[in-house]
Amino acid sequence: MIGQSPIRTFIAHAVLILGVLVVAFPIYYVLVASTHSLQTILRPPLPLVPGDQGWANYSTALFGGVGRIGGVAVGTLLFNSTVVALGIAIGKIIISLLSAYAIVFFRFPGRMVFFWLIFITLMLPVEVRILPTYKVMVDLNLIDTYTGLILPLIASATATLLFRQFFMTIPGELVEAARVDGAGPWRFFRDILLPLSRTNIAALFVILFIYGWTQYLWPLLVTNRSDMNTIVIALRKMISFADADTQWHLVMVTCVLAILPPVLVVVLMQRWFVRGLVETEK
Amino acid sequence: MASVELKDVRKSYGSTEAVKGVSIAIPDKELCVLVGPSGCGKSTLLRMIAGLEEITAGEVRFDGQVVNAIGPTERDIAMVFQNYALYPHMNVFDNMAYGLRNRGTPKDEIKRRVDEAAKRLELSHLLDRTPRQLSGGQRQRVAMGRAIVREPKVFLFDEPLSNLDAKLRGQMRVEIKSLQRALGVTSVYVTHDQLEAMTLADILVVMNGGLVEQAGRPLDIYEKPASTFVASFIGAPPMNLLKLSDLSVTAPAGAETLGFRPEDAVIASATSGLRLEARIEAVEPVGAESFLHGTTPGGRVILRAPGRSQVEVGERVAVNVPADKLHFFDAQGKRVEGQGVSVQI
Ligand SMILES: Nc1ncnc2c1ncn2[C@@H]1O[C@H](COP(=O)(O)OP(=O)(O)O)[C@@H](O)[C@H]1O
Ligand SMILES: [Mg+2]
Repeated sequence: MIGQSPIRTFIAHAVLILGVLVVAFPIYYVLVASTHSLQTILRPPLPLVPGDQGWANYSTALFGGVGRIGGVAVGTLLFNSTVVALGIAIGKIIISLLSAYAIVFFRFPGRMVFFWLIFITLMLPVEVRILPTYKVMVDLNLIDTYTGLILPLIASATATLLFRQFFMTIPGELVEAARVDGAGPWRFFRDILLPLSRTNIAALFVILFIYGWTQYLWPLLVTNRSDMNTIVIALRKMISFADADTQWHLVMVTCVLAILPPVLVVVLMQRWFVRGLVETEK
Repeated sequence: MASVELKDVRKSYGSTEAVKGVSIAIPDKELCVLVGPSGCGKSTLLRMIAGLEEITAGEVRFDGQVVNAIGPTERDIAMVFQNYALYPHMNVFDNMAYGLRNRGTPKDEIKRRVDEAAKRLELSHLLDRTPRQLSGGQRQRVAMGRAIVREPKVFLFDEPLSNLDAKLRGQMRVEIKSLQRALGVTSVYVTHDQLEAMTLADILVVMNGGLVEQAGRPLDIYEKPASTFVASFIGAPPMNLLKLSDLSVTAPAGAETLGFRPEDAVIASATSGLRLEARIEAVEPVGAESFLHGTTPGGRVILRAPGRSQVEVGERVAVNVPADKLHFFDAQGKRVEGQGVSVQI
C-alpha cells in the first residue's frame, strides 16, 4: 500500500533521495574536483561547482604523463586496463562456454571428476593461490606482459557453472532435433547453443569486464614497469601519504577516467542485459 | 522411401528392460502406428529407429540394410517431436532450412523446397516469424514442414498432436494422413490415443510393457483383438469383459473371459446368442448415441444405444449379443477362437 498516504509517499521519497545523495555526492565531487587546479582543491572550502581547469587537467593526465607513476600518460593506463578487462572477460566467457558445453553435452570418462574439480576451484580465489601462480609467471617470463596479467585470471568456475545451469535447461528434444537435422557438435554449438546463450553472455560480459577492470592484487604483483600498470594500480600509486606530494587534480581526473569505461559497458550492454533478465524462452 | 524392418529389437537401461524384443515389418510407403499406454516403450523404440538411442540387441533395417551403427543424420530420417523442438532463435524459414543447409543443399533449392512446404502447410505468410510468435497449431505445422523439406527416407512422429486441443488434433490427424499419402514416405507414428492410432494406421502395432501385443490392419485388430489388453485398449468405450464362471454360457475350451463391444449389444430379448440381464445404473447421452452403464452377473458392462435411449436408471433390461460378435480369452488373457452360445440368463 505504499503511495496511498501522502506522508508515506513523502517518507519513501525522502529516504530514496537521501540514498541517492549519499551515493552520488562523492562521484559528483570527483567530477567537480577534476576541473579545478591543485591549489583550489587543497584550499578549503571545497568548491561545489565545476571550475575552469578541466581542459588543462584532462589533457595533462591523458597525454602528458604523471610524475608519481613514472611519467606514464593516463591514456596508456586506460589502454592497459582495457586490454586486461577485455582479455579476462572474453577469455573467461570462451573458456567457460566450452567447458560447460563439454560437461553438459558429452559423455566422457571422468566427466564428473572434472565437474567437481571446477566446482572446487570456486573455493580457491586468486589470493589463495597467488604465490604459486606468481612463481609460474616468473618461470614463464610473463612478468610485465598482458599475457601474465590476463592468463591466471581467465578460468572461471562461476561462469562455467552458470552456463552449465543454462545448458541443462535446454530441452533434450532440441538437441535431438539438431542431430536429426545433421548438426554435428561444432555446428550445434555455433548455430544453436551460442545464439541461445547470447543474453547470458552479455550479462556475464558486463560482470566480468568490471571484475577484470577492478583487479588490484594480481596486477600489482605481476607488473613492475610503470607502463604496464593498470589504471587502478596507478591510481593507488598516485596518492602519497603527504597531501602536498599528491597531485589531487590529476588523481580526480584519473578517477573519472577509470570509472568511464565500466559505465560505458553497462550502458551499452544494458539493452541485452535487461532482455536477458526478462526473456524467458526455451 | 524405404521399407523398415525391426528384428527382435531390445533396449535396456541398466537392469531395466524398456523394449523386450520387438519385430515389425513396415512395407515401403506405409504408415505404422505404435500405440500403447504411457511408459510401454513406444518412444524408446521410435528413438532406436531414429538412431538417437543405441540398440541393445536386435537389428533395425532400412531397405534390407542394417542401420544399427549409423547415426540419425546418415539414416536420412526426419522426426517430429512432441514439443516440436523448434529452434527458438530462428525464424520459420530458417527452422525449415537448417537441416538442408547442414547437408549442403544449394541455396535456390532450399528456397524452392521451403516455399513449397510452406505453401502446402499454409505457412507462407509466417516465414519471417520466430516460433514464439506462433500459435500451437502453427508451431506444429512448422515442425511438420521441417520434416518434409528434407524429403527423407522415413518420417518419425512422437506424439506430435498431444499438445493440441481436441478440434485441432482432429484436423491435423486428417492432414497428416493425406500428407503422408501424397508424399509416399514410410512413416512410424507414436501415440497413446487409440482413436488417432485407428484412423491413421496402415499397420497398427499395439504395445504393452515393452512387447508387441498385436500388430496388423487396424480394423482386423478391432474385430479380432488378440488379448484382453488389446480388447480393452482399442475402441472407446472399451470392450466389455465378463468372467465366464459367473455366466452360464457354452464357451470354447480354455476360455475364461467373454467379451463383446458396446455397439454389438442389442437391448432386446432374442433366442440365439448371448442373453444377459443388466441393471442400468447410469445413462450417458452424447447426442447421436447413448451409453448405458449397467451391472450383470458377470460384471459391469457398457452398452451403446443409437440416438436417445428410453431406458431409465434402475431399469432391468435384456441384453442380446449375436454369437458371432462374442470374443473369448483364456486365463492369460489370450484370444481363444470359437463361438459360444448362451443357454440362459
Ligand atoms: N533414459 C532412460 N533411462 C532409464 N529409463 C528410461 C529412459 N528412457 C525411458 N526409460 C524407461 O523406459 C520405459 C519406456 O519409456 P518410453 O519409451 O518413453 O515410454 P512411452 O513413450 O511409451 O511412454 C519407461 O519405463 C521409462 O521409465
Ligand atoms: Mg513417449
